[in-house]
Amino acid sequence: MEFLKELFLFLKERKKWWLMPLIIIFLIFGALIFFTSGSALAPFIYTLF
Amino acid sequence: MKILGISAYYHDSAAAIIENGNVLFAAQEERFTRVKNDASFPENAIKFCLSESGIDLGDIDIISFYEKPFLKFERLLETYYAYAPLGFKSFAKAIPVWLKEKLFIKQNIRKSLKSIGNVDNIPISFPEHHLSHAASSFYTSPFKKSAFLSIDGVGEWTTTSYGIACGEKGIEIMGELHFPDSLGLFYSSFTYFLGFEVNKGEYKMMGLAPYSNSSSERAQQFIKTIKDNLVDIESDGSIQLNRKYFEYPVGLRMVDPQKWAKLFGIKQRLPEEKLEQVHADLAFAAQSVLEEILVKIIRFIKQETNEQYLCLSGGVALNCVANSVLFNQDLFEDIFVQPAAGDAGGALGAALAVAHIKEDRIFDGLHKPFNPYLGSRCSDNDIERLLQKHKCNYRYYSSNEELTEATAQLIASKKVVGWFRGRTEFGPRALGNRSILADASDPEMQYKLNMKIKFREGFRPFAPAVCEEDFDTYFEAGKHSYYMLFTNNVKQSIKKELPEGFHSFGLDEKRNFIKSDLPAITHIDYSARVQVVKKDINPVFWSLIKSYQKQTGIGVVINTSFNVKDEPIVNTPEEAYACFMKSGMDALVLENYIVEK
Repeated sequence: MEFLKELFLFLKERKKWWLMPLIIIFLIFGALIFFTSGSALAPFIYTLF
Repeated sequence: MKILGISAYYHDSAAAIIENGNVLFAAQEERFTRVKNDASFPENAIKFCLSESGIDLGDIDIISFYEKPFLKFERLLETYYAYAPLGFKSFAKAIPVWLKEKLFIKQNIRKSLKSIGNVDNIPISFPEHHLSHAASSFYTSPFKKSAFLSIDGVGEWTTTSYGIACGEKGIEIMGELHFPDSLGLFYSSFTYFLGFEVNKGEYKMMGLAPYSNSSSERAQQFIKTIKDNLVDIESDGSIQLNRKYFEYPVGLRMVDPQKWAKLFGIKQRLPEEKLEQVHADLAFAAQSVLEEILVKIIRFIKQETNEQYLCLSGGVALNCVANSVLFNQDLFEDIFVQPAAGDAGGALGAALAVAHIKEDRIFDGLHKPFNPYLGSRCSDNDIERLLQKHKCNYRYYSSNEELTEATAQLIASKKVVGWFRGRTEFGPRALGNRSILADASDPEMQYKLNMKIKFREGFRPFAPAVCEEDFDTYFEAGKHSYYMLFTNNVKQSIKKELPEGFHSFGLDEKRNFIKSDLPAITHIDYSARVQVVKKDINPVFWSLIKSYQKQTGIGVVINTSFNVKDEPIVNTPEEAYACFMKSGMDALVLENYIVEK
């Protein structure tokens, strides 16, 4: 709950409500990848993300 | 107020603890886990900071994490959205990591620290990445007020920021450059193309650049190609990178090697491939363009702020060659760079930034140089146990004077000495407490150290350490850096003239040619990354160099970090002993004990 509250406050402060649908879609999509792959190791050359 | 600063999850994770604005201890996680540039949560470093300072976790007033995770997540989403459908592969790799840990940093900090103590009621702050960098430099500097410049790969959105830092008013950011236009990532792209590891090999590329035939048509053409095709440089130093040539925004590699090969007329160098003149020429071109941009930036900052002093921070501030170019512009009376200028220093900066915001503290500039010896140390008991365990023959010296004399004798007799004394340094440079020391006047020493001791690339130069009062005997006037973050040229009187046609020599021939009376520390362009040793900062190391000077007439020793290639600097006597045994070192000094092979 704390996380969702903080995320809400962040979007409010940044006035980036347009990111909300993106976040929901990306999170659903990401969760699918997460639960199907099982690996959460950053394989990047340079960990920008 | 007691504040715990943390940097983690990207590279060089670290912890720092401060009390009432004073830095108590700081350490990088890699020193404990032995994973170079370790990015994992710095649990060991935190435990070290707490136990060493005698502070219970429950007594910490604030935990400060060095950047804002939500803001970073915003950048991630907006970038993927902007580039979609490109970047799907990268997205598929990034999202699980975010869902697992990076999005829940507050919760992760609490969970990770649960084994040490209850942190449920301790507030957690998230100052911005570049604010942490700026604070790490300004609040450890001798200045009451200064301009600041922070440059690295990327923080949340920001890749470069500048402004004014004031002891009374705090840090005011006046301008920023945003991702994907990044000077740090521009430089790292060349690191990648030249076959060095990104985020680790940048300083190798910096060391390779002077091997270039800088006035050659090829080197000059490379500079032109970079400026014509890769980067637009504005008069204020802001840059715009040509997206066509950089893949890092949503890709799994920095650049498309084929596009770069076509552009520069050379194929990407593979990591183990031999280094050729053309690679040095390209490294030189990248370094030159970086310096040109930085000079434009600091000219603009001077114009905007009219401050006397400048604090530099961020990973790019570890480029000591560029730092010296900036210092030599004479735009600022002095430039300060904190020894852990990269992300490890973010832990320190995060704590300092929050301390000065929350406590309304006025910073008056440090009256003594910043003490970089903030890490762990060991006791005589630990060392005796180790020496007995390995059945070593050793000598013990009850006074530091006898110890430094005996060690100086070893160096004077061309022996390579592992030197492990006092607290370990914070930051990537060994500054005389976890160092390998050797004779700088021996023409064979650079090769011997690179090949038989450090097992690393032969072209890489070694740094000298000199007592502050003897600096002028060996080096041209310039910045005196206590933390090896600037370069100085060796003095004309000790230089050897280059033979005719030197620039047409191969890289090995160039390296082998004796360039001065101190060949092991003189780089190909007569520069050296000097550690100026001040008696107040490190009295025992200062005495050692003085003793060596008394015995040999030479006041300079080689000082390179106590590790071998791709390993973190040693942290315990056991690691020092193991490193000593597996390398070609001749003697090991552990506090006041000397062991010889």
